[in-house]
Amino acid sequence: MSSILAQPPSDFEGPLLPLLLVRDLKKHFLLRGSGKLGARVHAVDGVSFSIAKGETLGIVGESGCGKSTLARLLMHLMPCDEGDFTFDGEAVNGAQGIGVASLRRQMQMVFQDSSASLNPRLPVQDSIAFGPRMQGKGRREALTVAREALRQVNLDPDLVGGRFPHELSGGQKQRVNIARALAIGPRMVILDEAVSALDKSVQAQVLNLLVRLRAELGLAFLFISHDLSVVRYISHRVLVMYLGQVVEVGPASALFAAPLHPYTRALLASRPSMDPARRIESLPVTGEPPNPVDLPPGCRFAPRCRFAEAVCTAKMPMLVTRPPDEGLRHEAACFIHDPESGHSLAGTGLSWETLT
Amino acid sequence: MPASHGYWLGVWRKFCKHPGALLGAFLLLCIVLAAVLAPWVAPFDPNQGGIILRLKPFGYDGHLLGTDELGRDMLSRLIYGARVSLAMGVAPVVGATIIGGGLGIVAGFYGKIANGIVMRVMDVFYAFPSVLLAVAIAGAMGGGLIDGMVALTLVFIPPMCRVAETATAQVRRLDFIEAARATGAGGWAIIRYHVIGNVLGPILVYASSLVSVSMLLSAGLSFLGLSVQPPTPDWGLMLSTLVQSIYVVPWVCALPGAAIFITSVSFSLLSNGLGEAMDVRR
Repeated sequence: MSSILAQPPSDFEGPLLPLLLVRDLKKHFLLRGSGKLGARVHAVDGVSFSIAKGETLGIVGESGCGKSTLARLLMHLMPCDEGDFTFDGEAVNGAQGIGVASLRRQMQMVFQDSSASLNPRLPVQDSIAFGPRMQGKGRREALTVAREALRQVNLDPDLVGGRFPHELSGGQKQRVNIARALAIGPRMVILDEAVSALDKSVQAQVLNLLVRLRAELGLAFLFISHDLSVVRYISHRVLVMYLGQVVEVGPASALFAAPLHPYTRALLASRPSMDPARRIESLPVTGEPPNPVDLPPGCRFAPRCRFAEAVCTAKMPMLVTRPPDEGLRHEAACFIHDPESGHSLAGTGLSWETLT
Repeated sequence: MPASHGYWLGVWRKFCKHPGALLGAFLLLCIVLAAVLAPWVAPFDPNQGGIILRLKPFGYDGHLLGTDELGRDMLSRLIYGARVSLAMGVAPVVGATIIGGGLGIVAGFYGKIANGIVMRVMDVFYAFPSVLLAVAIAGAMGGGLIDGMVALTLVFIPPMCRVAETATAQVRRLDFIEAARATGAGGWAIIRYHVIGNVLGPILVYASSLVSVSMLLSAGLSFLGLSVQPPTPDWGLMLSTLVQSIYVVPWVCALPGAAIFITSVSFSLLSNGLGEAMDVRR
């Protein structure tokens, strides 16, 4: 990754320290009026991960698995119940370290709905200039920054800058949103389903733009999507979430070639294929995810898993590291990969082919 | 649309192309000019009358629009009346828009406790019929022009607050507010740059509809002796005193009503046009 070599001058701690470390992040929503007192939705339940400088971490999972909540927690747009953030070696919002305001100067977010995330009554260059202005720049200077940001996302500031959001196409609006994030000068950008609402050809343009920006600016991305092919294209590492928990995390190539967790396998098998010989005849996973209010005590995927055994419903599996093949860690929270778990398939090292 | 222009410049251009808005603006301008230039425009002294000139029809002896029940010239009284009536129609609405609209925006934007406190207080005011509330407040304050205005302002604050609160709560849920918060902006900056522009439309439209209501409520207060006092010409007051003479000179008696009607239509046209001009999608 050439981007790791070209670090911005704001990097104090060197390229080897992770840019963002998140430990045991939790967010439970209290349900009101459900009849049951104290019923909670476990939206994000003990998520830990790290992102290296210039790295792109893809997050995939079904809708409702807590991906967007995770993004909002990271941006501190909603308070978390538990968990620690460390940004470039400094604790965020603790007694020491950096505050939320300074985190937001280094971390920005692009939302899914490109129209709703732009003020309909402001010309787009003013929307972009709002961020720099809030960080103390003058009107003129902020506008210069905004126009430069528009140029970075391949939009002509003279042509597009003075237009209103409704005068732009979906792809242009999403570029404007990316420009708005870049105008702050962040080191990390969270893209929450940022290309999901765009059609395929525009999606490709925006993805190529993101890849170029990542190389030019040394940006780290947290790329949230339900679209596996898009995640595979852009991510260095991929994290799979199921009902608020991490079930598998590993290098994109390894995860897509040899997924460890049965849920990841099912997810990958459900992708439509261009190859008629690989088309799926039966559904790889059946049933609905369990109600996030009344969660089963053991593995959350156990009710839908074809390899589930007694041990799976009794205990919660932890993330275990598969013996590293290529240097990058590949972890999964499944008893099949824990030799001491007591699962009948434990430690047999089942491959993708033998199980499908 | 040209590539670079400010939002308000665009609003102004669209406003100038809106026939209804222009008509409303023209009528209002005429009324305001008549009110300001009353001593020069009015043909007679509005308070000078004679018992033999009572209730004369249109055009009688130089009295273009007839005379009222005390023989005073109707045209002059209507022109002078525009002063008090416009003040009674506009001032309470402006006051209520600033106070109620401001409270509503704050309540809608911050939600939770701020919203609870503001909106529950408004609900208490809502519990009274607006006319009764205005009478009670004006009566408690003693009665007079200023007291009437204050009473009407207080009556209009709760509905204004509710309109602003609803509009703001809708805008607040949109992603661009979230995105603005993600840049580290404080609440006031977000309200100034991102909220006000998006809620001003519904607030202004509602405010303009309140102007005619305010003029009529003020007439009611004057009738009870709680607002404008009798010799002063005021459209609402004229309407209520002339009602008894409706069988003698019906057209003369309808004049103050017509004046109120034209003024309120002008405000509606103006606000309608403004609302459309402020909608950037058109």
